[in-house]
Amino acid sequence: MNNRSQNTAPPLLKVDGLAVDYATSAISLRAINDVSFELRAGEAVALVGESGSGKTTTAMAIAGLLSPNARVVGGEVRYRGRPLPIDDDALMRPHRWSETSVIFQGAMNALNPVHRIVNQIAEPCILHGMSRGEALARATELLALVGIPADRCSAYPHQLSGGMRQRVMIAMALACRPSIVIGDEPTTALDVINQAQVLKLLVDLRTRFNLALILITHDLSVVAESCDRVMIMYSGRIVEDGTVAEIFAEPKHPYTRLLIDSIPTPGEGKRMLRPIPGDPPTLVKRPSGCAFHPRCPSAMEICTTEAPHLKQFGKGRVACHLHDSLPAADKVSANA
Amino acid sequence: MSRRIGGILIRAVMTLLMVATLNFVLFRVIPGDPASLLLGGARISVTAEQIEAQRQTWGLDKPLFPDQVIDYLSATLRGDFGFSFKFRGKHVADLILERLPATIALVGLAQVIAVLCGVMLGVYAGWRRGGAVDHVTTGISLALYSTPSFWLGMLLVVVFSTALRWLPGYGASSPGVIVGSFAWLLDYLWHLALPVLAVALGLIGQYVVVARAAMSDVVTEDYMVTARAKGLTNRQMLMGHAFRNAMLPIVTLVSLNLGYVVAGAITVEAVFAWPGIGGLTVEALNARDYPLLQGIFLLLGVSIVIANLMADLIYGVLDPRVKQ
Repeated sequence: MNNRSQNTAPPLLKVDGLAVDYATSAISLRAINDVSFELRAGEAVALVGESGSGKTTTAMAIAGLLSPNARVVGGEVRYRGRPLPIDDDALMRPHRWSETSVIFQGAMNALNPVHRIVNQIAEPCILHGMSRGEALARATELLALVGIPADRCSAYPHQLSGGMRQRVMIAMALACRPSIVIGDEPTTALDVINQAQVLKLLVDLRTRFNLALILITHDLSVVAESCDRVMIMYSGRIVEDGTVAEIFAEPKHPYTRLLIDSIPTPGEGKRMLRPIPGDPPTLVKRPSGCAFHPRCPSAMEICTTEAPHLKQFGKGRVACHLHDSLPAADKVSANA
Repeated sequence: MSRRIGGILIRAVMTLLMVATLNFVLFRVIPGDPASLLLGGARISVTAEQIEAQRQTWGLDKPLFPDQVIDYLSATLRGDFGFSFKFRGKHVADLILERLPATIALVGLAQVIAVLCGVMLGVYAGWRRGGAVDHVTTGISLALYSTPSFWLGMLLVVVFSTALRWLPGYGASSPGVIVGSFAWLLDYLWHLALPVLAVALGLIGQYVVVARAAMSDVVTEDYMVTARAKGLTNRQMLMGHAFRNAMLPIVTLVSLNLGYVVAGAITVEAVFAWPGIGGLTVEALNARDYPLLQGIFLLLGVSIVIANLMADLIYGVLDPRVKQ
């Protein structure tokens, strides 16, 4: 019964065919293309890719936080079945922070230097209808939740360490009880010890409040510890989507495999790092066909001319010509 | 916090002492003997005895250091700035006090107008970078900022006084108006219009340029994205998050300029024959009225030190990072 209602209810978040352009006066560049995925309540998904692969653009589009020179040119985002006005600042406002909140990278700059942290956390609560007193109480409670002692609540951001500021950012993200939290490289700016602690805090809070998490990262080791599912992005498209276990055990896309191979393993001693050969494509000059083909060890002729579509493959999805024939074979056997 | 203020105050007092001492030294190294200047220079013949008598009267026969310095500093502290050469027998302090209201009216009013218009326009231009308002405002402001204010003053006189005959081009009052009456006040403001405009336009240019730069830096900060993500309206983002951060460099500039409210706008006052401190400075310079100049320089020094002090104190209130 419970299972069935879960299946029929619309997913928490449904992104369908999302495409975003960055426009200058002269040219318009496609940043992400045909990005589609679903997010269920309480699910943690990692968006992984190199710089410029479109992971941040995807997340910011979902949050309705695209910069003024960006334009949504296709697709839509639905929250609990209702389309979100992601390209309209004024219409988006009531949805902000109470549905989707963001933990930004590098909390030094993401917190306003001239306001006390407790007030910065209380601010969205007040905007969403709390009284000032209630909001301050909530902010203090949230700060305690992330391990900031009560006597530091009235501190200014510059009086806190990097790890503490990131905790403040996490507390702030929870302020309006959102159901989705986007973490934009939340641990990147921290040292290794703080990274581990902040990540653990994030994982704990996610379980405790049943938060859906979209974690943007280029660090696959972070993914393994904190997420259920991984989406690999390359040159503005999702190239592979699967559970963490599947992706690490059996990567389908050659790019994913190279990414996983490039993680240095401490046990293997002095062996050299294994970078992926070649450079990531720029928005201006994208290769024809599959954008990855110039760097792909198993590129075929079709890869240079035809872009592969993201297709269902087992429990996950993959966009690669190597796997073109397999779903078709499945279909044949199913028909037979 | 109070330790910071204590430090600022001590530094201000030290600076004032240095200003006063420099002021003393500066006028002692200028060539020319004050005693003979006092007796009318070289134009009439004076005997050596007369000069010596003058030297004794004014204490000029005593050694420069420490006697004369101490005399000067103690007299200055008592508010005695000496006598003017040009306006014979008049106290320097009285002369300055007489001219001060006109200057405060001119530069003070110009500052108020410039801060209101300049900062608002600059902040708006920086907030809507690349918009129509930004292009127009920034262009005009750069031109105003780089125009010498006396030239702007002359231009205003040519256009509004000589050609259009709308506003008076010089002086502070029409003849025959009873000082203190309401008609006098209107007449005064009428005379004030062009000089205020000349000073204010230059300042507006400066404030727009600085405010715009400060605001454009702030809007690209990450915390503005945070504010937007939280669901603040544009107005709330501007007033609650951007404005205070953008104010920091503007406060410094405005405070420093406030120091000139009492020092006057020398060139503009000269162009409009405005009876303020600036005009007095020019008269004192032309007459080599060293005691008067000394008094004016001290006033300028003190007001700029006080303006700096205010900037430091306001900074501590605006920016929590300064307190430590």
